[in-house]
Amino acid sequence: MNKKYKLAAAPYLLWMIVFIVVPLILIAVFAFTTTVSCDAEGNILSEDELAEYLAECEENEVEPELTEKKVFTIQNILDVSKYSTVLINSAWLALIATAICLVIAYPLAYMISRMFYSRQKLALMLVMLPMWMNFLLRTYAWMTLLEKNGLINKFFALFGLGPFNMINTQGAVVLGMIYNYLPFMILPLYSVMTKIDDRTIEAAQDLGANSWQVISKVVFPLSMPGVASGITMVFVPSVSTFIISRMLGGGTNMLIGDLIDLQFLGNAYNPNLGAAISLVLMVFVFLCMSITNQIDNEDMEGVLL
Amino acid sequence: MKKKILTALLSGALIASSIIVPISADDEPEYSNSVDWDKFRGQNVTINVYNWGEYISVDEGEEDSYDTNKEFEKLTGIKVNYTNFASNEELYAKLKSGGSSYDIIIPSDYMIARMINEDMLEKLNFDNIPNYDALIMDKFKGMDYDPTEEYSVPYTWGMVGIIYNTTLVDEEDDVGSWSILWNEKYAGDILMFSNSRDAFAIACKYLGYSMNTTDERELRNAATALTDQKLLVQAYVMDEIFDKMTGGEAALAPYYAGDAITMIGDNPDLAYVVPREGTNLFVDAMCIPKGAKNKEAAEMYINFMCETLAALKNIEYIGYSTPQKEVPEYLDEELANSPISYPDDEILDNTEAFIALPNATTKLMDELWTSILTANETAPWTIPVFLIACLGMSVGINVFRARKKKRNAG
Amino acid sequence: MKKITSKIYIAAVFIFLYAPIFVLIANSFNKSKSRTVWTGFTLDWYTKLFNNEVILKSLLNTLIVAAIASIVSTILGTAAAIGIYNMKKITRSLVINITYIPIMNSEMVTGVSLMLLFVALNINLSFMTLIFAHITFCVPYVILNVLPKLRQMNRNLYDAALDLGCNPFQAFRHVVIPEIMPGIVTGFLMSITYSIDDFVISYFTHGSTSQTLPITIYSMTRRKVSPEVNALSAIIFVVVLVILLIMNLSDIRRTSPKKKKRVKEKQS
Repeated sequence: MNKKYKLAAAPYLLWMIVFIVVPLILIAVFAFTTTVSCDAEGNILSEDELAEYLAECEENEVEPELTEKKVFTIQNILDVSKYSTVLINSAWLALIATAICLVIAYPLAYMISRMFYSRQKLALMLVMLPMWMNFLLRTYAWMTLLEKNGLINKFFALFGLGPFNMINTQGAVVLGMIYNYLPFMILPLYSVMTKIDDRTIEAAQDLGANSWQVISKVVFPLSMPGVASGITMVFVPSVSTFIISRMLGGGTNMLIGDLIDLQFLGNAYNPNLGAAISLVLMVFVFLCMSITNQIDNEDMEGVLL
Repeated sequence: MKKKILTALLSGALIASSIIVPISADDEPEYSNSVDWDKFRGQNVTINVYNWGEYISVDEGEEDSYDTNKEFEKLTGIKVNYTNFASNEELYAKLKSGGSSYDIIIPSDYMIARMINEDMLEKLNFDNIPNYDALIMDKFKGMDYDPTEEYSVPYTWGMVGIIYNTTLVDEEDDVGSWSILWNEKYAGDILMFSNSRDAFAIACKYLGYSMNTTDERELRNAATALTDQKLLVQAYVMDEIFDKMTGGEAALAPYYAGDAITMIGDNPDLAYVVPREGTNLFVDAMCIPKGAKNKEAAEMYINFMCETLAALKNIEYIGYSTPQKEVPEYLDEELANSPISYPDDEILDNTEAFIALPNATTKLMDELWTSILTANETAPWTIPVFLIACLGMSVGINVFRARKKKRNAG
Repeated sequence: MKKITSKIYIAAVFIFLYAPIFVLIANSFNKSKSRTVWTGFTLDWYTKLFNNEVILKSLLNTLIVAAIASIVSTILGTAAAIGIYNMKKITRSLVINITYIPIMNSEMVTGVSLMLLFVALNINLSFMTLIFAHITFCVPYVILNVLPKLRQMNRNLYDAALDLGCNPFQAFRHVVIPEIMPGIVTGFLMSITYSIDDFVISYFTHGSTSQTLPITIYSMTRRKVSPEVNALSAIIFVVVLVILLIMNLSDIRRTSPKKKKRVKEKQS
């Protein structure tokens, strides 16, 4: 095709700069600045000086002349470490959820990929169907199931068991993550496994491999790209989830997503700190992804989509 | 809804005797001609109203139900776009972060004071709100949060008490004190406010401090008490309380009196008590934030909300107490004499209103609160295990890659 | 034996995936507003749904936003993919990497960054900002679906069309577009799905007049989700199920001959 065609990307490039690049720069700017008060001459006042000045103004009954100024600081980034438990807790819960998703999804994806073709499509459709339902509603439905007077406890009560304390625990939060992101693990796994030719497996069996060897020496190595993208696709949204912890964890297990929400639109209004936490989260996510990308350097586009 | 509240009151443990007074439709007040309601008709004006959840009368499909916003639209031709917030702090963040424009907001007293301080509110033009002078009780005018009567028109008032489930709470335990919220017997059955100001107020009262304390040591003690309490708390919530308390999910929760009436209506096992250490008396008032696009239409809305009929219907629906002069005349006797909504002077004298705290105190409180919520009781081995897992993963990957390379080479 | 265990396993996972959805649907027929007590069958919530202005208006908002966002991002993204395909290698990989950011980054950060942008530009959060935000996270999906199709396309086809007397526009219209059409359609469908379902980014970029369905549901979950929403989601569930079944059936019909061929190949 003609080189002229690259002009077709011009509108998108403009869009990309305005809506992808600039916002990320803004996050960095917010993360590294803070608002301070200055006196009439533009000198920055410390908190004590400010209080002193305001008291003085009140005494003399004059309107205080103050201006606000944004200055560079790394204090916000340092403050993030105050919440390192939240960060580690989020990463920890997301890691557990990702591991369990992998354990659940791997056999399932394998089984689906070995079904008849028409069955495969149907099974795949059934995996994707729940994703069309609003995730808040599905999570809310889990509340109905897990509550003290919820359906699961009512079910157990029929056998004289329980009640079990399930909701408002970390386990419930992990369950919410697994439930919401399990399809993201199944789909990439399925798409690599379906590409594994039956004949490869048969060849291994013919050559005397038992079923464990078939799985560990043939299927697993071949499915590595799917494992890598599945891990990314579950871990990234899990680590930054918000709402799930509030709905299923009762707000006692705050995660990093909730913390960011709290800084921007919640109780502790502090967008600078919020931006700093977002920046840390972003770096963390891209770091994790660079690890999983190392698992297999193949072009992941096909697998991801 | 009226019926609902009546049953609520009848079943409420606090009511000794009760007579149902049938209310006929002709008792209803009519709209006054205090302003020209038709002024904006046909001009396609829309006002954005930002209010607490469940804080206005809406049509629930029952007989004689009254939808305040629709009535206003009918009367004036102004369209109302109505949205909800869950706490004063959320409202503040939403306004402060910019980007949204609202014409009417209904914050509580201390938040109004803070917003006035930070120049976030428009001065009202009371020529457009004649009902303020005519119909608002004098004792609710010029209160501490708006001493010059320039920025706000009171909407409701009430106090914070403890709502508890009589089937889950032992009678022997002292429900009449904030200390019940620290009683280990109810670990996992206690709900707590998720907003800093209310949570700290309770902790301060529990420790015997003023809820307006600016003393750093006292605030830190309150924070310690709240941290201790965290082990007993099932969930930090706001309006989720309705669902959880009426569903019997929790035994104890501090919340607003008016909402207690609604909850008791839905679940007669619930009861409400005002702790004897004293509590918070709050006023929620209507204000216009800076940047409002239709200030005059918004003032008409405020005036409408003070109309006896609208105020009556809202109060009947939400169950809070009214600062409007004529509403009590029309209220059911039960509601008008309800000790939950209109407690006697002894309890009232023992209340404290929030005042605006200095910026430094607010900031400290928010920081303490965030650290209480985020301080996880995670097991100490979490961090080492996490690090080992990360390390193991990266080692595993490298081993895997090395083996793959070797295999490919071989 | 092995077959039975695998069947049981598959059934167990599907029960896990569908249990909450059945709870939702069951509650839409429950007479009581309570979520856990069954007091009798009713269709009231379905009739009430059609009188519930708040839910219907937010549904309409959702659909309008999804329609505009997916159409605009399909056009923008297809053009962009063609442009990127013709770029020099270095610029191409730079642009592709930046395009990946909204997909890879957590939604939370994308939402927050867009909110900061709109506030910094002094734009009131409104319907427009919501649509801008949705286009921003939809375009990458279109680009990343169309690009592989362009790569698979035989470059000579286009030149052949020119040689045979097409002008560039005709060659583009009749040769390139049909080749990349499957990618465009997938990108479009993905955009619609993501746009309808998005909560996090909308949460940070919606204005006071532009609540979408997920936002409305969010404000309900803080108090009590009204059964009308359950009714709505039951309807959505059935509609999606029917669409997927139809697509699935036609897909099987279309592809089964190919499959047969493959089986034959295998046997030979």
